[in-house]
Order: sequence, then structure tokens, then C-alpha cells
Amino acid sequence: MKKLLIGNEAVSRGLYEGGIEVVSSYPGTPSTEITEFLSKYDDIHSEWAPNEKVALEVAFGASVAGVRSACAMKHVGLNVAADPLFTLSYTGVTGGLVICVADDPAMHSSQNEQDSRHYAIAAKVPMLEPADSQECYSFAMKAFELSEQFDTPVILRLTTRIAHSQSITDIGERVKKERTPYEKKPAKYIMMPAYAKAKHPFVEERTKKLAAFSETCEFNRTEMGGTELGIITAGDCYQYVKEALGDRVSVLKLGMLNPLPEKLIRDFASKVKRLVVVEELDGIIEEHVRGLGIEVEGKNLFTPIGEYNQDTVRKVFGVALNEKPGCQVNVPVRPPMMCAGCPHRGMFYALSKNKITVMGDIGCYTLGAQAPLTALDSTLCMGASVSGLHGFNLADKGSRRTACVIGDSTFIHSGITGLINVAYNSTSSTIIILDNSITGMTGHQQNPTTGYNIKGDPASKVDLEALCRAVGINRVRVVDPYDIAECEKAVLEETASDEASVIISRRPCVLLKNVKTRTPVKVDPDKCKGCRKCMTLGCPAISIKNKKAVIDHTLCVGCDVCKQLCAFGAIESEDR
Amino acid sequence: MKTTNLMIVGVGGQGTLLASKLLGRLLVSEGYDVKVSEVHGMSQRGGSVVTYVKFGEKVYSPVITEGEADYIVSFEKIEAVRYLSCLSSNGKIIVNNQEIDPMPVITGAAVYPSEALKEIKDAKITVDEMDALRLAESAGSAKAVNIVLMGRLAKYLGISKEKWEKAIEETVPAKTREMNLKAFNLGYDYK
Repeated sequence: MKKLLIGNEAVSRGLYEGGIEVVSSYPGTPSTEITEFLSKYDDIHSEWAPNEKVALEVAFGASVAGVRSACAMKHVGLNVAADPLFTLSYTGVTGGLVICVADDPAMHSSQNEQDSRHYAIAAKVPMLEPADSQECYSFAMKAFELSEQFDTPVILRLTTRIAHSQSITDIGERVKKERTPYEKKPAKYIMMPAYAKAKHPFVEERTKKLAAFSETCEFNRTEMGGTELGIITAGDCYQYVKEALGDRVSVLKLGMLNPLPEKLIRDFASKVKRLVVVEELDGIIEEHVRGLGIEVEGKNLFTPIGEYNQDTVRKVFGVALNEKPGCQVNVPVRPPMMCAGCPHRGMFYALSKNKITVMGDIGCYTLGAQAPLTALDSTLCMGASVSGLHGFNLADKGSRRTACVIGDSTFIHSGITGLINVAYNSTSSTIIILDNSITGMTGHQQNPTTGYNIKGDPASKVDLEALCRAVGINRVRVVDPYDIAECEKAVLEETASDEASVIISRRPCVLLKNVKTRTPVKVDPDKCKGCRKCMTLGCPAISIKNKKAVIDHTLCVGCDVCKQLCAFGAIESEDR
Repeated sequence: MKTTNLMIVGVGGQGTLLASKLLGRLLVSEGYDVKVSEVHGMSQRGGSVVTYVKFGEKVYSPVITEGEADYIVSFEKIEAVRYLSCLSSNGKIIVNNQEIDPMPVITGAAVYPSEALKEIKDAKITVDEMDALRLAESAGSAKAVNIVLMGRLAKYLGISKEKWEKAIEETVPAKTREMNLKAFNLGYDYK
């Protein structure tokens, strides 16, 4: 059956038909939909784990017990899951295990653009990379076979353009795979030195076998065109090469990115006069080819930064670009911003107004860094706000008022360990948990603090106040971020305290379906003095027209935060 | 057969994803090779968003670059202008003339360029401008701006109105079906 599927849905379909029984993931753009689509199948187990390390270990356990399992994560999630990954390479698997990793060249929704292919090389595990949804589907399915055949976890690498592009996919039916009966195998699964030493040679031997496999495997293919130019490429870059250069050049299209073949590349190189590797981010294929002693070009022509497209390829090979309109008009940039009624806004206003130094974290609330709130001082990685604040305070010795902000899901992911450190090694840090009762930026996933599981069924709910107290924080208070005065009071009192504290700024994300919004507020133009005080909130619903504030009724959700700022009582609630 | 390149641009939250879902469904049923590409995540929070829709006999790249777009359907007045360089030499722009202030305008760092569309019309670029928000509201919901604009696009693409209506019925929730069909026709019949 042919369907138009985004790459991530095609991956989930391939895993499903391939006989997956357990999937455990932490959401992360652009990988999230893989697990969301899998959660729609009721005959398998799906779950959101607290973080990627937990997710991969869950998949490991399921594999040991004899079923096919998977996890999905964004590129930086693999950093978190790297610890189990490197030793999983030694243990190998019983049931096939697939790790789906989505890289984000151009950082559409990420804090860096690291290249996950390095992990496959470093951990010595095979990696596949599809170039469209059809390959997402078939590679995901075949990854299970590869995993069991070679006794290894397999990484399925995607990039944003593959994960989030729809193309036609011919799908089939699920094949139910019988569980392999569990057997205790200490030498395989207990990685203490004596056993691990025996496993390292196994890994090296497996890599040799996989390299031999890659020479003839179905994942790699040669498309011969002319002999003047030969291009080695993979993933979305293959599409750009074909679009820009058509069938007149020869292409070695790689679908297996680790280990890379030797003979296949030598044969291809021998048939063309000029050899160029087209790959986004790092020159990994190129270095491999050069290591074989073959003359090759790549990063001398193409940048290691950002996303490519067909024009990137056209420019390098001197193909004429399409003519564009001669007329160009500059328009102001439109960066993403916090939504109208976003519960984070009130707390950020309180922090910004009081000039608090704020360590930030990963989530929608990173948008608090932007003008006019400019409320953040740093954003590094998941959980770094809490541990970073502790370090800052150790060095700063109280010369500034400081705090950190972290979302509910991010706090569970890796903020809690930082909080234990704050309590244990005792700084007077103020941790603000922006609890909007959902994992927001990735598109509303449940997490251990929401009380619901991935399917929306009731589940155990972390009691954040009790958790913070249990690790040794005595000052824990809850505020409503729609109440600016309450936020300011809490921030000023807690940052002045010589004891560690947690402020839970609690109100559900305004985009959640079950959140009831109120009727919009409006401006009385006779009372409005055009002082622009309400504009300091950076609310997308408020603008100035003819020197008076205007509130867009299609965006306003009646949070009343702007109303609290107006000194002239010009913002009024309509009848409620 | 030449690939047709179409861009849907707008502001995150305006319903561009539903429009591309509808188009994808329609084009697949017409037997084309189709690719639809959009970026999810952070850019959807009120930022500038763009969806590429490409269809023809064989489509390779999922993205559209400079001078390649046959149509730009813009959900907001200046978003059409932002992506103008992608328009091909005989490309057409369909635009909802609703103004949504971007952050630099909100903070006072920039002024909303209300005359931008006039400038590109003066440069002899085909601009089909309409108040899609008003039409959507008259159909029953401000959220139907996306379907009003798809109604307008239907005038150009040469696929029968009945097939569009069938695709709409399959794409939107049952309870909004009537309203969306009305919105589609308001866009289609707009003079």
C-alpha cells in the first residue's frame, strides 16, 4: 500500500513491521514522531523514558530478554545514551536492537550540529542512513536483521530533512517475531573486566565482518552516468546531487555509513576521472576514502556548517542557478517567540525586571533569552542550568542575585542530579522549575510529572515538591506565573535567602487542549497613554498602532499578565 | 514532465501544516510523485515557517531554492515578501493580506513594512491578494484561513474542484467539514 509518510512515520512503520515489541525514548526534535507513531500500535509496548540513557537501557533489557526493541532520540540525546551504547557494542544483543538518531544540520531546533556518525565509528557499531521515506521504512526493518545477524546494536541515522520530509512509501504487514527464550549468558552480558576483555576481540572481528558485508550489501549502490565526475554521497545529499546534476554524473550512494566499504569505493573511484564526496557536516566519508590512498575532494569545496540543498551542489559544479526576481524588499526578521498566554512569560518578566542572573536550560523557555525579556545568561545542555548555577555561585560568592530556570520534563531528565548536588554541596542556589505540565517544545509529550503515560492513560506522577524536599531542599514554594507580584516576591525572597531553594512556577501550557482560556482583554484607547509598558512582555498579541496599544483578539487568551502592568487601567477584561 | 514547486509560508501556529497535509493527500491521489518538507519544533512558536511541496513524475530534493517556486502561498502579508527570492521568473504569489507583527516590530526595533506588497506588484510580479481572514471568519472560523487559501490555489493548479473537496473531507475533522468546505469555496470564488 502506497502512502505519503514523513521519514519518522516511515521509520516507525518499518520497526513495527520488523517485529518490534518494546520502544522507549525521550522526545527530541527531529526524532520525536518515531515514538509517537509507534505508540499508536496497541500490540507493542511504547513509553517515554525520563532520558535517553534510561531509554537505551530499557531497549537493552528487552533485547536481553529476547525481543526486538528500539529507542529514538535527537543527536544530543545520543550523548546522554553514550554510556550504555559503548558497552552495548561489547555485549551485543539477543533480540535485534535499533537506535534511531536524528541529526539537525542547520540547528533548526538544537543547540549544536554534532555529527552522529562519529559515535558509530567510536562505538564500533553499524550505522544505516536512509535518503527518503521508502528507505526509512525498509532500512528500519532490515536494521533488526542486521542487528541479530551480527550480534550488535544498529544505529539508524536520520537528518532533519529526511525525518521531516514526506515522500511516497510502499508499506506492508507486520511480521510477528517469536521471542528468543531467555538463557543466562554471563560471559556475554556481564561486562566486568574478565568478560569484557574477551569481548573486545569479538567487537574487532565483528567490524571486519561488517566491513566485508558492506562491500555487497543492498544498502549501498552505484548509479553509473558519465566518467568525468563521480560523487560519493548519502542521505539527503544524494537527493541534492541528483536534483542538481541529474543522471549525467556517476553516483556511489551509500546507505551503510559504518563501516564503510573499501573495494566498492576503489572500484567506483577507478571508473571516474574526478572523485568528490558530498556530505553534510563533517568529512567522514572523505577521510575514509583518503585513508585508502585515493585522491578525493570534499570539504575543500563544501562547508562543514549547516544544511545543503541543490543550489549548494550547483554552485560547486558550475551549474547555472535559476533566475530569481530582480525585486527584493527587506522585511523584519521573525524569530520564534513565546506564545500569547505562555505561562513562562510572567516569571521571566519578574526575573528580567529584577536583573537576576539566570542560567537557562533546554525547552520552549529558552525563548526567554530574546528581546524584550532577555532574561537568560546561559543555555548549554539538558540539566546544565541547575549544576551550572551551583558552579556559578561557588565562584561568584554571592555578589549577584542568581537563579536558574528548568522545565518539568528537563528537570526529570537531568536536573534532579544537579539539585542533589546543590543540596549535598550546599550553595544557596535558587532553582525555578517552570512546570507547564508537559514536554512543550517537542510538541506536547507526557512525562513523569504529568500523571499520564505516552498513550494518555493515567500513570504514576512525580510529586515535585516532595522530591525536592526529599533530596534536602527545605525552601520549596509554588507560585502562579500569571501573578506577577507573587513571582517577584518569591524571586526576591528566595534569591536573598542563604539557603538553597526551589520555586515551582506552575501553570499548564496554554496550548494544551484541556486548558480553558479566557476571553481576550482589550485596550481602552482613551485610557492608553502609549507608554509601551505592556510591550516589555514581548507578547505576540500586543502591538502599537497609532501610538496606542492594540490587542489581537485572535491571539489573546486572557492571561491578564499585561493588565497587571498597565498603570492607567487601560487594559480591560471583556465580560466573563 | 517538469516538477511543480509550491511553497506555503506563514507564521507558526497559522495552520500551514494542515494545508500541506491536504495538498499531499490530493497530489498522491492524482498519481504524482510527491515530496512535502517542513521543519517542526522551535520554528513553530510564532516564527516564520515554510513548507515545500513538490510534485511531478520524479522528485528528488525535498526543498525549494532560489528562483524555483511556481507558486508561493503566503498566510501573512510580509512572509510572501520574505521568500520572494525563491519565486521563479513566471511564478505567482497568493497572499492573505493579514498583518502579524514580528518581534522586532513588537519591541519597536523595526516598523511593519505595510507597503511591501505594493513594491513587488510594481515590479510586475503576479500577486493575488485577498483578505482570507475575513473570508474564514465569514465561513465560521478564523482558523480556516488555510482552507480559504487552498481554495484560491485550486484556481491555478488545474485539479478538479470535486477532487479538492473530497481531499478536504478526508483531511479535516468531521465536525468542521461543512465550515471548511464553505471556506474553500469562498477562497475559490473570490473575485
